[in-house]
Amino acid sequence: MTNNEKLADASSIELLSFRVGGQDYSVDIMSVREIRGSAKATSLPHAPSFVKGVINLRGTVLPIIDLSARLGLETGQDTERNVIIVVDLESRTAGLMVDAVSDILAIPAEEMQTPPDLAADESRTFVSALTIVDGRMIRILDLEAVMPPQGEEAA
Amino acid sequence: MSDPMAEIRASFFIECEELLESLQDGLISMENGDTDSETINVVFRAVHSIKGGAGAFGLDDLVKFAHRFETAMDEVRAGRFTPDSDAIRLFFCCADLLGDLVRAARDDITIPHNTTAPVLNELDRLVGCEDDVEEELDFTPAILSLDMGDTQGLPDITGLPPLSDAPILETDVSVTAPLPSAPKGFSIHFKPETSLYASGNEPLYLLRALRDLGDLVVTCNTQRVPTLNTLDPDDGYLSWHLKVLTEEPIEVVREVFEFVDGLCALDITPLSASSYDPIFSDSTDQVDLQTTLIDVSEPPVAPPQIEAPVENAAQEAVQPEPPQKDDIPPTETPEITQDTQKKQPSAPAKTTSTPTQPRATVRVDLERVDRLVNLVGELVINQAMLSQSVAEAGLPPNSPVSTGLEEFLQLTRDIQESVMMIRAQPIKSLFQRMGRIVRESSASVGKQVRLHTLGENTEVDKTVIERLADPLTHMIRNAVDHGLESPEKREAAGKTCEGSVTMTAQHRSGRILIEISDDGAGINRARVREKAIEKNLITEEMQLSDSDIDSLLFMPGFSTASEISNLSGRGVGMDVVKSSIQSLGGRITISSVEGKGTTFSISLPLTLAVLDGMVVRVGGETLVVPLNAILETLTLTDDDLKALGPETHVVQIRGGFVPLLDLGAELGYRSPQDSYVGRTVLLIGQEDGNRAALAVDAIEDQRQVVIKGLEGSYGRVPGIAAATILGDGQIALILDPTDLVSQATGKTKKRNAPVPIAG
Repeated sequence: MTNNEKLADASSIELLSFRVGGQDYSVDIMSVREIRGSAKATSLPHAPSFVKGVINLRGTVLPIIDLSARLGLETGQDTERNVIIVVDLESRTAGLMVDAVSDILAIPAEEMQTPPDLAADESRTFVSALTIVDGRMIRILDLEAVMPPQGEEAA
Repeated sequence: MSDPMAEIRASFFIECEELLESLQDGLISMENGDTDSETINVVFRAVHSIKGGAGAFGLDDLVKFAHRFETAMDEVRAGRFTPDSDAIRLFFCCADLLGDLVRAARDDITIPHNTTAPVLNELDRLVGCEDDVEEELDFTPAILSLDMGDTQGLPDITGLPPLSDAPILETDVSVTAPLPSAPKGFSIHFKPETSLYASGNEPLYLLRALRDLGDLVVTCNTQRVPTLNTLDPDDGYLSWHLKVLTEEPIEVVREVFEFVDGLCALDITPLSASSYDPIFSDSTDQVDLQTTLIDVSEPPVAPPQIEAPVENAAQEAVQPEPPQKDDIPPTETPEITQDTQKKQPSAPAKTTSTPTQPRATVRVDLERVDRLVNLVGELVINQAMLSQSVAEAGLPPNSPVSTGLEEFLQLTRDIQESVMMIRAQPIKSLFQRMGRIVRESSASVGKQVRLHTLGENTEVDKTVIERLADPLTHMIRNAVDHGLESPEKREAAGKTCEGSVTMTAQHRSGRILIEISDDGAGINRARVREKAIEKNLITEEMQLSDSDIDSLLFMPGFSTASEISNLSGRGVGMDVVKSSIQSLGGRITISSVEGKGTTFSISLPLTLAVLDGMVVRVGGETLVVPLNAILETLTLTDDDLKALGPETHVVQIRGGFVPLLDLGAELGYRSPQDSYVGRTVLLIGQEDGNRAALAVDAIEDQRQVVIKGLEGSYGRVPGIAAATILGDGQIALILDPTDLVSQATGKTKKRNAPVPIAG
């Protein structure tokens, strides 16, 4: 990331930031399809603990990921007030259950930093980059890593 | 509109598939001893039409091959060559290659010549007609390339250039002076349909081709031509009355119109003296010619009126006056009168009357159908929601709303069924592909095998057909390679040396049942057992029933063939077949009688989109159990329930014992209960005859549900087939009873270790 790339808006990325387990995370806004309120999920047998279940999103079956459980963060928030961010990743769609959606941020690409290598942190592998906005550290989520592993459950 | 040529090309390939299918049909009837000329004609025509179309698109390889094949078939048709079983096998081979070439042409792949050459040489040797080949090879492309010239549309109406050609024709014709002494020939009534122009044919070339046969009198009928302001440039208004004086037999005349078969109303009759006389007096001819030339110089639409008599024609005079047919519907092949069956040229006329004649069809983009299917699925969900809210509103059951809703429900079901029918296709195409597999695989292992098919008109969902192809191919190869013995062994066992593989398809209680059976040696269970022990799939001490041993064949990495052949025996096998059948919601079972043969039965759901299910509650969750898996429901009493071992129970039902499974515990929703007395259980029956009793908390409803796949959005869940959306908008999981039972722990008693509970 050199200064040559500093072309203001052209290289900036728009992010949707949200809070989960007391931390600030964000995803590329282009992968967000919609944001919706929490709904009662139908739990799936033999599913990993972070898979909350599936909900009906206008006729399609949408798997819901409890992001705080996925990231190994503290849970225990009131689930009724949770928000589901519906994200698209290639051909797959999933709902990320978060505490609250905060803001839309435009971050210049050069302000993205690679996260330091800390082996002890379980959620580290889910963070693709870090940035600072108003003194707060925003983690950029690696959606691919967060998605439920496909086919893993096959017997 | 996109490139019209590409569209025509695409439809040509679709037609080719249909033609190949009828070709296969014809060959199969020939194989079964049908020497009827109709059958041979069907075969001939199929090849011929493919050749014709291929020529139009300049697919030279295809044309060449089809031509040689056609020539051979022509010999058969003419009765000069009577095919024996070897020949028919060769024809099958040719048909397969023809199919390959068609597909190669479609996908722009070149098939090396050395694949077709041996077969062609064989063909020539067999039929002995190489001379014809050379001669006709010149002719064919000539005609065809003419077709190619004007694929753009209807040049004779929309543009002047082609019309400027017309006078040339007339002048040419006029050169051939009428000979009064030549009354033999044909009277042809030719009325092109619009589709004739749309497919790129040009009547002018047909007329020219006729002229080459002998003198030609052309009268154009212009009565239908409207005034310019009402004229539709895409429509054809002209028809022609032609008199050709020729010595050629009717076949040759007929051949001229071969490529516009079905695109025009065509009527060919031999000239009788009476019909001939008035036209062939020289003076009138000349006059007519004059008018023609004048006509042509008029606006494009104006019909050329040409009359030019032609010389000679003695031969056909002997022919009795055949019955005259009037207007023939355009979709039917033109009917031509002929004296004897043998002389019948490529007589498709006959095929129209056979029962296999396809009904009128529409080709629809599969995507559109799928969208419709999805919409109907949504309709069903909506209807369920509506029913639920009506029920919640507490309206009396005989209120107009309720009865209206009842009718709505009926309609929804009907619509759904009809929509599903659109996707359904006869399984025939799949069976025909298998015919080829049998031929190829039997040839490569040196066995004589005949494939019998039954119920090939059974309709199955298109997706199912597509996804069945691979597993069936594998099973057919297995049957040929492993199932059937070598001819020597068969004879020693007192069987005919020709082995037989039978494929049947039928509807049975809401499912499709496909069976593949061979009359081979059956499964050598001792050998299977030995092999399984050798491969560490089972241990020496294990007690296995016959069906258990048969099921070993489905274990991954199992293969019994002592020698690995080209076809099978690499250990990638029946387990893959089994899993692909299962992914279609099907089951596969095997049954075998030593010395008599082996039968594989595949049972598949009729559709992949809806199912009738029973809605049950267990552990606070709502689940749907496919209705066709439920034999009965019952409430457990103390007497029914028997403990078996430390953790399991069996249920005694009418003298039989069935394992008791707690659905909630199996799915991890809750721990096993203290007592199951008074519980509702569903008795689940499976294709293999095994039964199980599933304990649930309550039965809520019985309804049709729309299947929503889980695998696309999430992945496979053990014991769960799919999901659906209930009337209240909640998602309910659809159980896969067989999968659940096969993976069940059967724990129905609490032990110290708690069962983990899922998310």
